Amino acid sequence: MPEIIKRNKALSVSPLKASQTIGAALAFLGFNRAIPMLHGSQGCTAFGKVFFVRHFREPIPLQTTAMDQVTTVMGSEESIVEGLATIAGKSKPSLLGVPTTGLSETQGSDVNMALKMFRKQHPEFDAIPVVPVSTPDYAGCLETGFAKAVEAIIATTVPAAEDAGTQPGRRRRQVNVLVGSFLTPGDLEELKEIIESFGLRPVVIPDLSDSLDGHLVEQDFSPLTIGGTDVTELPTLGDAKATLVIGRSMWKAADQLNRLTGVPDHRLDHLMGLDAVDHLLDTLRQISGEPVPEKLERQRAQLRDAMLDCHFMTGMARIAVAADPDLLNAFSQMLQGVGAETVTAVSPVNAPVLQQVPANKVKVGDLEDLEKMALDDGAELLIANSHGVESAQRLGIPLLRAGFPQYDILGGYQKCWIGYRGTRQALFDIANIILSLEKGEIQPYRSIYAQKPEYRESTHDATAATSAGGLQH
Amino acid sequence: MKQKDIAALLDEPACAHNKKAKSGCAKPKPGATAGGCAFDGAQIALLPVADVAHIVHGSIACAGSSWDNRGTRSSGSRLFRIGMTTDLTEQDVIMGRGEKRLFHSIKQAIDSYSPPAVFVYNTCVPALIGDDVGAVCKAAEARWGTPVVPVDCAGFYGTKNLGNRIAGEAMVKYVCGTREPDPLPTSAEREGIEVHDIALVGEYNIAGELWHVLPLLDELGLRVLCTLSGDARYREVQTMHRSEVNMMVCSKAMINVARKLQEAFETPWFEGSFYGVRDVSQALRDFTRLIDDPDLSHRTEALIEREERRISEKLEPWRAELSGKKVLLYTGGVKSWSVIAALQDLGMEVVATGTKKSTEEDKARIRELMGKDAVMLEEGNPRALIDIVRSNGVDVLIAGGRNMYTALKARIPFLDINQEREFGYAGYEGMVELARQLVLTIDSPVWPAVRQPAPWHCKKQAGEVA
Repeated sequence: MPEIIKRNKALSVSPLKASQTIGAALAFLGFNRAIPMLHGSQGCTAFGKVFFVRHFREPIPLQTTAMDQVTTVMGSEESIVEGLATIAGKSKPSLLGVPTTGLSETQGSDVNMALKMFRKQHPEFDAIPVVPVSTPDYAGCLETGFAKAVEAIIATTVPAAEDAGTQPGRRRRQVNVLVGSFLTPGDLEELKEIIESFGLRPVVIPDLSDSLDGHLVEQDFSPLTIGGTDVTELPTLGDAKATLVIGRSMWKAADQLNRLTGVPDHRLDHLMGLDAVDHLLDTLRQISGEPVPEKLERQRAQLRDAMLDCHFMTGMARIAVAADPDLLNAFSQMLQGVGAETVTAVSPVNAPVLQQVPANKVKVGDLEDLEKMALDDGAELLIANSHGVESAQRLGIPLLRAGFPQYDILGGYQKCWIGYRGTRQALFDIANIILSLEKGEIQPYRSIYAQKPEYRESTHDATAATSAGGLQH
Repeated sequence: MKQKDIAALLDEPACAHNKKAKSGCAKPKPGATAGGCAFDGAQIALLPVADVAHIVHGSIACAGSSWDNRGTRSSGSRLFRIGMTTDLTEQDVIMGRGEKRLFHSIKQAIDSYSPPAVFVYNTCVPALIGDDVGAVCKAAEARWGTPVVPVDCAGFYGTKNLGNRIAGEAMVKYVCGTREPDPLPTSAEREGIEVHDIALVGEYNIAGELWHVLPLLDELGLRVLCTLSGDARYREVQTMHRSEVNMMVCSKAMINVARKLQEAFETPWFEGSFYGVRDVSQALRDFTRLIDDPDLSHRTEALIEREERRISEKLEPWRAELSGKKVLLYTGGVKSWSVIAALQDLGMEVVATGTKKSTEEDKARIRELMGKDAVMLEEGNPRALIDIVRSNGVDVLIAGGRNMYTALKARIPFLDINQEREFGYAGYEGMVELARQLVLTIDSPVWPAVRQPAPWHCKKQAGEVA
């Protein structure tokens, strides 16, 4: 169990953390014809929008209650009602999310009361579910905000079994899949394919692989999401055969779903690495009663072969990982499986799952902490989001981009890290980077007696090289 | 190359195989042969001469599948990393235009890269159609004023080993002795230290491992006139004849070079190895044995003592990990006994070793190191290797790169010890890298992961949902 080193400085430098608020917004973006409306100043939304637009390279439906001086002092509930009515009237969304921000939470805005007012004043929008969720940015991080939003969506839209008459297993092929924010649209596509190959029908909550996978549609403009989990699926979750929960951050949402529906759930911390994927398939095999498909057996054999090929590079590799807790856990465990060591682990917030991270210590902190530790720990490769570019440069080590945001490359959102296939590609990528480090390289030594012509052309350099590369190793 | 020239090269009086009934240079057996051809051997042997333009005269298969794939390193010029071939076409072959193309190729290489020399490797197709490579080289040299050395090494002449000798022969015949060594640089003069000139034959600077050894030689005042051919330059090869002592490093590959240099210039030589603590020390002592300089002997002993102590401390933590671990050694070019000693230095047990290329003397030494019952493998086919691993509880297989994926498929930890490898194991310092790489593979968690069946292939667990 690693030692968790809490935040111990005033200033956060090169922050690793993205806010809880936009994490919640992201969860809403995984539902079809949905839109989150952040309850805060317009900047809260504008920044969040840019954050996701750059990461996904997609238009992002995101609105704001646009709190100003007056509403901030006098009360912002009216703004919520007005905002909801405007969006509902104009776009007729299937789901409206209202994540709160630091501003509205500090003000003490009563979102539930505002929602009641909205329902009373606008019965014509009764069919549109509105989900408020408390996600001030002074607590948690993207991961927790995402999880809280999913929990709130379930609480709001999934009826209790006794009220709705749902019955676990009535839909024998349906599996509910609660997924954390650390799975990319590419990951979710792969996960759905794996589940389907057992003859099961996954209902992924939320399904970013259907909304933000970067697909071109006929419609030239949409103020709402253009894909994602269909909201009409939510009342059926109680009839599912089982629920899969991917990511420790989703446990509270899973508890909520289980309490409401009684559908048995299977909880997996992540889906990277041989053991994790084995566990997933074995679970699916048990749920479905079907054998593991040939295709997956083949992929398993391919991954194991890749593990052998890569172990020369990944073995004893010293890796620094900076990511939200679930992703940090996933990476460090996958790396451990191939002999690599997570020498530096930094997470923006503390979380129970950090106890599982195979590292001596996990720092709750920022990228400056990471840089200092990675230097001391002799890290050779950094795994972090795009903000890690500068850190990696200062450390003089390469960066493998993972997590949010990835604004300086294309397709980061679509990369698949999970399953046998995803793990295999991730391993190749990591091994190739390590290979490019030329770790075994011995510094050229220039003999003081050498007759080599190019040494004489740069006599000065040659002496320098000789003294530097001399008898010390 | 004429049959009698080949025969002469195969008859190597300095090689211990020569006197034995079973020669290491025996004819390859169709359908059961591994290993490269004469061209392969010649190219490997000379490619590390870094500033030379290496032109492969032939159709594409020879250069196309072999250029720039060796682990040798250069401290400066990188010209050798550029593949050059005449890439003969069907028309060239039919119309007999190979010689003309070669002539122009040499010009192009000289014009584009101004190398100090051009080496031309002859291959099967031009040898078969009768291209007179020697004459073309001569004409080109006369015409363009840059030395052009023919290396007549068509693949069908014989094995890789023969190719090594052809390459060495070409150096002795065309290059060695064509220039006197530079005067000693004044910057390198140190009071009380008399500098002696030496040369290393058959050292290829794989992964730069020579640079682990070179600082020691510098410190002792041993000037390496030339390494044939790791990190060498053309002008260094030219001066090899002035060496006071030649060391044949770790292989029989270019034994003819050492012998011919001795015949022509009376240079004494010895065989040695830079692998393993004991052998590095022995090699340094052998230099002093052949150079009559009491002060050098004295300083050498001091250096050996210092280095052995230093490296022993550095190896201690690795020794703890490796002690008692069992090794199956199947080496190609690197001498088995040399590596055995290195592994024993680490506390490991060598259960068997390949002896395909070993001489009787080598075998005697192996017995000395491993005991009378040492298992020696004449034939290292993959099945035999795997069986020995299984029956002896071997922890790691050390062999050449071509066996790597066989080992991995059989889920056997593996260490690559041949030319293509990424890591340098020579010198005292190389031992640390060797130990590290051994631990890295032996202790990797991927082994249990790939040996265990999938959970659903294990026995069904009680209480499982149907």
